[in-house]
Amino acid sequence: MALLEVRNARLYYATTKGVVKAVDGISFELYEGETLAVVGESGSGKTTLGKLLTRVWERNVSVADGEIYLEGKEILHITEEEFRREIRWRKIAMVPQASMNALNPVIKIGDQMIEPLLMQGTSRDDALKMAMDALESVGLPRDLVNRYPHQLSGGMKQRVIIAMSIMAHPKVVILDEPTSALDVITQANIMNLLKKLKWEFKLSYIFVTHDLSLASELADSVAIMYAGKLVEIGGAEDIYGNPSHPYTQGLISSVPTLRVDKNLSFIPGEVPSLINPPAGCRFHPRCPFYRDRDYLKGLCDAKEPPMMELGSKAGRKHLVACWLYK
Amino acid sequence: MRCYMPVVFDDTPWVRKDDLVVVHRLRTYYTIKPGFFAKPRYVRAVDDISLGIDRGITLAVVGESGSGKTTLGRTLIRLLDPVSGEVYFDGHDITHMKEEELKKIGFRRRVSMVFQDPYSSLNPFHSIHFILEEPLMVQGVSAEEREERVFKALEEVKLTPPEDFINKYPHMLSGGQRQRIAVARAIITNPDFIVADEPVSMLDASIRVEILTILKDIQQRHKMAFMYITHDISTAKYFSDYILIMYAGQFAEYGPFKDVVKNPLHPYAQSLIEAIPDPDPSNRLRERKVAPGEPPNLANPPSGCRFHPRCPYAMDICKRQEPPVIEARPGVFVKCWLYVKK
Ligand SMILES: Nc1ncnc2c1ncn2[C@@H]1O[C@H](COP(=O)(O)OP(=O)(O)OP(=O)(O)O)[C@@H](O)[C@H]1O
Ligand SMILES: Nc1ncnc2c1ncn2[C@@H]1O[C@H](COP(=O)(O)OP(=O)(O)OP(=O)(O)O)[C@@H](O)[C@H]1O
Ligand code: SF4
Ligand SMILES: [Mg+2]
Ligand SMILES: [Mg+2]
Repeated sequence: MALLEVRNARLYYATTKGVVKAVDGISFELYEGETLAVVGESGSGKTTLGKLLTRVWERNVSVADGEIYLEGKEILHITEEEFRREIRWRKIAMVPQASMNALNPVIKIGDQMIEPLLMQGTSRDDALKMAMDALESVGLPRDLVNRYPHQLSGGMKQRVIIAMSIMAHPKVVILDEPTSALDVITQANIMNLLKKLKWEFKLSYIFVTHDLSLASELADSVAIMYAGKLVEIGGAEDIYGNPSHPYTQGLISSVPTLRVDKNLSFIPGEVPSLINPPAGCRFHPRCPFYRDRDYLKGLCDAKEPPMMELGSKAGRKHLVACWLYK
Repeated sequence: MRCYMPVVFDDTPWVRKDDLVVVHRLRTYYTIKPGFFAKPRYVRAVDDISLGIDRGITLAVVGESGSGKTTLGRTLIRLLDPVSGEVYFDGHDITHMKEEELKKIGFRRRVSMVFQDPYSSLNPFHSIHFILEEPLMVQGVSAEEREERVFKALEEVKLTPPEDFINKYPHMLSGGQRQRIAVARAIITNPDFIVADEPVSMLDASIRVEILTILKDIQQRHKMAFMYITHDISTAKYFSDYILIMYAGQFAEYGPFKDVVKNPLHPYAQSLIEAIPDPDPSNRLRERKVAPGEPPNLANPPSGCRFHPRCPYAMDICKRQEPPVIEARPGVFVKCWLYVKK
């Protein structure tokens, strides 16, 4: 059984210009000890997906539905009280985007770390011990609990945030661009740490990033997001070795590689608005196959492609939402 | 290829004196005064950098955040004044030239810069038309010719048809389009030397390649000297001839791009390159061997080799004495004690 199963998840925002369909019917499974990388360009809905899973959402959310099963139990429609007590931090934790800058500079690190645990009724002593254990796991000294964030470098702050996320021994950790403000060497050190924690604590990660190269540092599976939808999902070997959706193909050919020589190409055009996304396949206005193949006219621009299963080398389901494969 | 022996500086043999842009032992410091009566302190942001860039050549300047890349670029185009060393442009010593003298040699027309952030580098109250023609107005180019060159620049950066863009304002454009305007503005005076400071680091992958392609194309067609500042070596790969790796304001390694990236010698360069993932699913199964820690504060840098606190090979001398720059392989220069013959 999958540890986490997401069925047809949707999250819309109401704005004065219309409804932003930021996550629009997404389904996937996550298995114990495995990492799913969610990759997509800016504004594709990655952070919104993470927020939906942890139920931390903005006030202007107008639709939040679908089903999310954690160890077989539905968790999207339980009460907030139950979610806070049973699920958040204890089962599903999150390293939010840019969160290291959200640490309060004038509150001791220990106090910031234990706050969510205190709210859940853990005693102060127990919580402090959990915090110190977690700091040790991420390679920081235990007595860091008594220091202030402004005394720390960027890499150390990010380690504190990661320590917070694993403090209550969750099963699933959602990592939202966990290294985006860091230098490459610091990023590599954080990636090494995330690998170590994954092996040590059998964590399952949902690793949100816009960087396909970085995704491969952790991903057992990869989900490619485009304009609020998943366009392709499969084992890492299949996505990198046999990218099948035209968007995935375009994205991979735009990624520079240091060690092998290849020609770069780009996807012409821009990502669409999520208020009035294109009909049918949301990628069709930029798709080279749609442009060149007559039989796709009237299909891609009219009907939404369903997820279709392809053969897999990775031994995982390889699914793609594209009319080319019908 | 040159068919004569290049004339180089004796103390910095990787710098040819007749390159278009020549930088010799340059130091640029920032002064910080912690309080009114306190003694000023210096941030040694660029501390003894030498390099040359000729027409048609791209030099990538790579290093982590705070290593002094932007400070170097800004000093070269005289937006900052160095505390010592020299900068030559087309044979002129411009290090301390006054603005009128710079004008006399056409310096402001002949150099330009593309900045990292396409959101803040363009004035939001000006139309694209004005943003592009302004540098030409400063030079007194006629209205008719300005019009022609604005159109041509927009075509060069593939914003076509130009009519669709000239009356727009920056906020009406996407990030990628804005960065193309920044490029168009940088090339509109037909410069000989461009400093591009992280021109694509805020953009998404698919747009990034488009901008890089445009930059490379323009650089080659106009045979410009080009300095590409970045922390991302993999984007630099696509058009750089040489690379300078900086650490904490100082020289770490310099040489032909491919040569250095394939076989880096400086321990910092080795870490920097090892740290960069290529898209490869087997990455998840291995650990990356990179230096621990983070770069130092440049107001109080470590003694000796500035990298020594993080270096896996640090020896006693590394802590005490600043290493010299050594030609460790033909054409590859390294500032590290490991390569100094005893
Ligand atoms: N509170 C909100 N109200 C209205 N629109 C929102 C809100 N939050 C996000 N959006 C919009 O929803 C879309 C998806 O945003 P989201 O932050 O999930 O994208 P992302 O993939 O994480 O992007 P990035 O890579 O830039 O972090 C975007 O178009 C964004 O502008
Ligand atoms: N105006 C300033 N006053 C004082 N110190 C400064 C100033 N600008 C930069 N610095 C410092 O000088 C050093 C070099 O900064 P610089 O911006 O040149 O680095 P960089 O390599 O361009 O970094 P990044 O990759 O973050 O752009 C840093 O330590 C920085 O904090
Ligand atoms: S000089 Fe010493 S400390 Fe510096 S990089 Fe070389 S070996 Fe390492
Ligand atoms: Mg996001
Ligand atoms: Mg900079």
